[in-house]
Amino acid sequence: MTSSRANDAHLIEFLTDLFGPSRVLCRPHQLAAYECDGYVAQTGLPRAVVFPETTDEVAQVVRYLHEHEVPFLPRGAGTGLSGGAMPRNGEVVISLVRMNKLLRVDFDNLRAVVQPGHVNLQLTRKISAQGYYYAPDPSSQSVCTIGGNLAENAGGSHCLKYGVTTNHIVAAKVVLPTGDVVDIGAEFGDALGYDLLGLVVGSEGTLGIATEITVKILKKPEAVRTALAMFDTVADAADTVTDIIGAGIIPAAIEMMDQLAMQAVDKSNYHVGYPKDIEAVLLIEVDGMAAGLEDVAAEIVHICHKHNVRTVKVAASDEERALWWSSRKMAFGATGRISPDYIVQDGVIPRTKLSQVMARIQQLSEESGLRIANVFHAGDGNLHPLICYDSRVPGQTELATRVGSEILKACVDAGGSITGEHGVGVEKIEEMRYMFDDTDLAAQAAVRQVFNPADLCNAGKLIPKPARCAEVKHMQRLIEQHAEVFRDLEDQTLTLRS
Amino acid sequence: MQEPNSAFLWPDAPEADKYSVCVHCGFCLEVCPTYQQLGDENHSPRGRVYLIKQAAEGVLPLDESVVDPVFTCLDCRACETVCPSGVQVGALIEEARGQVFHAAPARGWKGLIQRFFLRAVFPKPRRLKLLAGLLRFYQRSGLQRWVRKLRLLAVLPKHLREMEAILPKVPDRRAIDALPPEIPATGSTDKGVAGLFTGCVMDVFFADVNQATARVAARNGWRVRVPKDQLCCGALQVHAGDRDMARQMARRNIDVFLASGADRIIINAAGCGAALKEYPALFRDDPVYREKAEQFSARVRDISELLVESGFEPPQGEVPRTIAYHDACHLCHAQQVRTQPRTLLGAIPGLCLVEMADSDRCCGSAGIYNLTHPEMAGALLERKMDDLPDGIDGVAMGNPGCMMQLMVGAHRRQADVEILHTVELLDLAYQREEVGTR
Repeated sequence: MTSSRANDAHLIEFLTDLFGPSRVLCRPHQLAAYECDGYVAQTGLPRAVVFPETTDEVAQVVRYLHEHEVPFLPRGAGTGLSGGAMPRNGEVVISLVRMNKLLRVDFDNLRAVVQPGHVNLQLTRKISAQGYYYAPDPSSQSVCTIGGNLAENAGGSHCLKYGVTTNHIVAAKVVLPTGDVVDIGAEFGDALGYDLLGLVVGSEGTLGIATEITVKILKKPEAVRTALAMFDTVADAADTVTDIIGAGIIPAAIEMMDQLAMQAVDKSNYHVGYPKDIEAVLLIEVDGMAAGLEDVAAEIVHICHKHNVRTVKVAASDEERALWWSSRKMAFGATGRISPDYIVQDGVIPRTKLSQVMARIQQLSEESGLRIANVFHAGDGNLHPLICYDSRVPGQTELATRVGSEILKACVDAGGSITGEHGVGVEKIEEMRYMFDDTDLAAQAAVRQVFNPADLCNAGKLIPKPARCAEVKHMQRLIEQHAEVFRDLEDQTLTLRS
Repeated sequence: MQEPNSAFLWPDAPEADKYSVCVHCGFCLEVCPTYQQLGDENHSPRGRVYLIKQAAEGVLPLDESVVDPVFTCLDCRACETVCPSGVQVGALIEEARGQVFHAAPARGWKGLIQRFFLRAVFPKPRRLKLLAGLLRFYQRSGLQRWVRKLRLLAVLPKHLREMEAILPKVPDRRAIDALPPEIPATGSTDKGVAGLFTGCVMDVFFADVNQATARVAARNGWRVRVPKDQLCCGALQVHAGDRDMARQMARRNIDVFLASGADRIIINAAGCGAALKEYPALFRDDPVYREKAEQFSARVRDISELLVESGFEPPQGEVPRTIAYHDACHLCHAQQVRTQPRTLLGAIPGLCLVEMADSDRCCGSAGIYNLTHPEMAGALLERKMDDLPDGIDGVAMGNPGCMMQLMVGAHRRQADVEILHTVELLDLAYQREEVGTR
């Protein structure tokens, strides 16, 4: 790294020549805003931020960085929740927000081609007049980019019926970490050879940078019915979810929030007015052909009643439905109303284990003394416990991190996974060891090695280095703790040399 | 309490409670006009809040890395509308500007002009009147014609030339001088006393709008009082960071209006309305004036808000025009007044109200932003003009800054659209009904 730091002047010159001064941030004080993404528990300063506008510019800068052994990482809107787009090694951040065009739409064949910085919801907005939409809808869809969705294999409320990002991307132009540009996937039919697109989607920016993305678009469903059901107990709500799906209904979405999450969001601009004495609220949506949908909605209401629902009602207007959805989608951000800091976890469990895992989360909350709000994609068993803490209280950040880790382990023990849609990033990298053994991790690392031989592209994310011995870990920790000293040492070496 | 190494050394600094509310979720990015334009996190709400926090904690100095983003903010508050966590970005920006104002007062000709207007003209009623008089003289004496003929304006930058070209004809008298101290209610009910806040820019260039506001309020059962010793609201001072001057002006306004016996204080300029409603924030450390400011602010209503809240008579006169409505930032984002102006316009017989795309995106006017940041303001104006629907006769709005900005836009494109205040259209409908009944 010392050698690359020594070349910083050349690097900046190169970047400025390539992009022009207005598209390069490199003075230390311009970089603070890029220290972290939506995950703020760890931060790191990038070396520079650049704003390419074409595939060719991305390829040129990547080729140069590869040749000069400078680490780099791609970044979209920076709404990721696991630290996937935050710099750990003094990276050059390749911001793709200016590559935000909708390149083409083929309505007849249900395809659209976007640049990676295209905002998810904007695609639906642009094609909705013709009656089409883009299905994956992460909560941050009003701001997150499709490139970022590809990197994290983002999910969303409607992935119960429609699937996650990987089910909607069919092809991509990708700049590999060496600077080569490849086309993977196939616009129609299945691509021949290895499923490289499957590998790249969800690779968290470690296998390359997508610069053109071909997605499926869908015809908007003829009709939608949305119900809001309030339950005295989490168990009743959980049983309702299981029963609805057991009845052969495939809802477009089933979302759950617990009392603390309701309180947070009710304090925000997205106030619904939930009763203070219920434990859980379900937001259940069905869509499809208009004929018969009313009956399905009635069946859902009936099932809710079988499980002691306090009140259940179907949205009477688009405004009401929109408010209910905003209330659910803004729940993470609204947690700022009840706590100065929070970590949102992203565990997955088999749906039937919901009550059991909830009890464990409750127990962890009581043991640690940290409040935990819960928001779920209940239909897919994707949990989002929001661990509330105050980073100004010494030790609380570490405590919250530990509680998060324990929750993930409980999910794995229940037969689930440590991430449903947020990615591993830096946040859950240690928990990867809990899920996988060294051989599993080595296989994954070997794949990464093929695409990203020098490990310059988003190093330190997703896969932990296999089987580090205790001493190495200790040293790593020391270096991290005293990073300032090491940086100073480097600077002094530079001064001595010059 | 400030951190020991804070870069904010002066009183009234951004408070930790305000910036620590931000959880960095990023929902604000896509509604921020400057981020939409630049794609740079430094020029996004969460970026700015992060930088303010860093400066407060002493990690960053108060240099251009913080100052540029803080001053490039339009203070449009669109981020506050979406923020699930409730971060008061506008207040943080204004407080940070207060620190910059103390640390590094604006220099050069920009600083000179800023100080001249913010300290020497707007707070002084007589000088404001004199300025209006000079402008009137410039426009009517033939001087303007000569200046234009001799191309003397060529020395000015393009955006100032455009501004000069659209300057509305300064009315003969400002409403504050022309209106009687009390206008009796003409409706059948007596709803109480409404104190009319006449403002500065509105009253210099758009005194007609103030006249219309008074007529419309009286028509709907309010006794309208016009306190003659009121001052400009101080919003421009707050936006520039000159909080002391703003406080001086606010104190006077609070005293004058509380003494006037007004049950409601009515205002037709969105920026001023927001400032009046936020007076308590200026006096957060002042035990006496904080309480008075709260009493004052609780009575402030935008004219559209007042009419919808207290009831208004649907006008009978026809105004057969196709009108788009632009949401002034300080009306929709800062005051959350969105439906009321549309309700008023919708009640006018013959008027066809068409919605425009992104009607609540800032037009770039933003106080004196279009003078201090012409490039960004110009780009935003272009987008606003692009969004105007085809086939409209005019655009209605509730803020003089937006009105002048859109006049520049219309002039630039030679577009045949009238730029109007919402209340002018309502007033016109009432006037036409009187003609009709006669």
